Amino acid sequence: MNTTATLGTDNMAMAAVKKPTEGTDVSPFELAAEHATVGSFEVENAKMSIKNVNVYYGDKQAIFDVSVDIGKNEVIAMIGPSGCGKSTFLRALNRMNDTVDGCRVEGDIRMDGQDLYSPKLDVVELRARVGMVFQKPNPFPKSIYDNVAYGPKIHGLADTRVDLDEIVERSLRRASLWDEVKDRLYQAGTGLSGGQQQRLCIARAIAVSPEVILMDEPCSALDPIATARIEELIEELSQNFTIAIVTHSMQQAARVSQRTAYFHLGQLIEVNPTEQVFTMPEHALTESYITGRFG
Amino acid sequence: MQASNVFFLLMGLATLGFYLGRGRSLALAKDLRGIRDLHSLPNYYGYYTALWCGLPALLLLCIWVVADGSVLTGVVMESLPSAELPSDSVEYTLLANKISNLSIGVLPSAGQPDFLLDAAQQLRYLTQLSSWIMAVAVLALAMVGLIWGRAAVSANFRARQRVEKVVQYALFACACLAIFTTLGIVLSVLFESLQFFKSVPVADFVLGLDWSPQTAIRADQVGSSGSFGAVPLFAGTLLVSVVAMFIAVPIGLMSAIYLAEYANRSVRAYAKPALEILAGIPTVVYGFFAALTVAPYIRDVGEGWGLSVSSESALAAGAVMGVMIIPFISSLADDVISAVPQAMRDGSLAMGATHSETIRRVVIPAALPGIVAGIMLAVSRAIGETMIVVMASGMAANLTFNPLDSVTTVTVQIVTLLTGDQEFDSPKTLAAFALGLMLFIVTLILNIVALQVVKRFREQYE
Repeated sequence: MNTTATLGTDNMAMAAVKKPTEGTDVSPFELAAEHATVGSFEVENAKMSIKNVNVYYGDKQAIFDVSVDIGKNEVIAMIGPSGCGKSTFLRALNRMNDTVDGCRVEGDIRMDGQDLYSPKLDVVELRARVGMVFQKPNPFPKSIYDNVAYGPKIHGLADTRVDLDEIVERSLRRASLWDEVKDRLYQAGTGLSGGQQQRLCIARAIAVSPEVILMDEPCSALDPIATARIEELIEELSQNFTIAIVTHSMQQAARVSQRTAYFHLGQLIEVNPTEQVFTMPEHALTESYITGRFG
Repeated sequence: MQASNVFFLLMGLATLGFYLGRGRSLALAKDLRGIRDLHSLPNYYGYYTALWCGLPALLLLCIWVVADGSVLTGVVMESLPSAELPSDSVEYTLLANKISNLSIGVLPSAGQPDFLLDAAQQLRYLTQLSSWIMAVAVLALAMVGLIWGRAAVSANFRARQRVEKVVQYALFACACLAIFTTLGIVLSVLFESLQFFKSVPVADFVLGLDWSPQTAIRADQVGSSGSFGAVPLFAGTLLVSVVAMFIAVPIGLMSAIYLAEYANRSVRAYAKPALEILAGIPTVVYGFFAALTVAPYIRDVGEGWGLSVSSESALAAGAVMGVMIIPFISSLADDVISAVPQAMRDGSLAMGATHSETIRRVVIPAALPGIVAGIMLAVSRAIGETMIVVMASGMAANLTFNPLDSVTTVTVQIVTLLTGDQEFDSPKTLAAFALGLMLFIVTLILNIVALQVVKRFREQYE
């Protein structure tokens, strides 16, 4: 039986997980030969719409035929075992994969109907509209102020110093970092704690008023308290931004997202409202993963 | 026995010590539950024994070899009939040398006075005796050390820490060696310079605008003013170095940026070694390239524009020197630019910055300390360079800032002052040391300034 899409009963899932070597269809260590995503991967007011995307690193295929929509002002979480392609997929959305040698993206990715991989598209402008926060906080070795002002400066968003000050303050406030750093704006951003650095990176990303923010495991290098602050922040930000977040923590996905996408070995297995994914997953692999049988 | 033979014997003994110490620890381990009950691994006990065997004996050997000659000569000189003993210290040294040469047989003994031959004979005898005593003493000490070190081996003995302590001291000694060498060089230059400043006032040297170091041998000689104003030389050095840096810094930096940021792997694999070949060309070759090709070319072009260009110009020397030091800057800058974490670039690119904005605003500032270090290295190289300047910019100590004139540099003058026959009591020769001292001070100040600049402007990434 190869069409994993039709799977869904508990029995089959149990069988598959307990005896992964028997050659039944849903071994967590093999790709499904034929595969279709289950669940509600299409939404009505899509901000971004991804259709049949394949990503290759040289000869190696990392993403297999992924189709999913990202709704406006939605927080979508992407979960899955290490190496399942979540990050690769995320980096395809603002073309950060362009910087990786030998990386090739096929398929159709659109934002507001505009083809992101069209030769006419200006990557620089795209990345200003689709911001990104990385796994490890990577503030520039500049002052806190200059970190936040970096984007506005290169995009000419502020005509005067006063404008710029205002943008910096607003971004830091939205990243709920202002109160902690307002007295030391001109000290090095690298001198902040890990959690503060990550919020600084978020402030830096939102300073250019992007429409979408991609977050690649933004809390994996942080302690629980810093993580809680970032999660609060994500919730606040979701009022104004569309957010796609990759996370290793299923609790985090459950806390912050409206929809959750489960990736497995480069395939998008299931997309459903978060609550459903964590209570009644449709797919056997999803269930195995969220119940901690592997991953 | 010769010192080298003793040394090899000593090394043999130390090796033996290693196996003895190791063997003893293994024997101990056998009675326990194996190696795990020893405090350290067996090799550490071996090293410990070998160190006890080798180190003190080696130290004794070194001291003996260093002190041997002068002590023995002193003894022999003491035994000379006091009537023959010169009172002058120079004469004394000469006589001592004569005796030692006679004893080795470098000087034929025919026709030498008897007392000298006797002394030489005695020296020969003493030397032989001393070398045998040395061999016995050193090897005996080694044996004692070996027994001592091996006796210390026990299951609870912390050989690991002891050995590592010794290694730490060895590392410290190596670090000191570099510092003491520098100190020694400075002192040797300093003392000769002080000699020089006895005949030429410091102010005249540092502030004087006229350099013509020819001193008169006869009173009626012409053109032997003997004035030692170093300013024209430092001006020349500065001029040539500035020209060189104007060429090397932009080209070096930009090629580094290209190599580190834009070039793909295959281009880089060929371009980088090719650039570094520039550093491998002997400076003499650069020198005649500058003198025969570049300098006449610059003169011709200059004349075409109606400028008067000397056929040996600071511009020619500086330009060729600049090309020579490009790889110093490009290679170091390339390394530090490549070392800037990819996360920095990703952060900037993800903000919608272009590649070039990322390089200018994030990568270069982060790499700045390393880049400045490369530039400083290049500046020291430029200031110290001699060959190209000798050949391409002439010897005339003109005080000028016109790069089309011929100038001379500090290092060139040091070379000219110290080549050929010299008398070490004339200011002409001693001036070389004073110049060296000044040059040292100037480069030191430059380095300190550069360090401060870097400290202020660095952007440190983690």
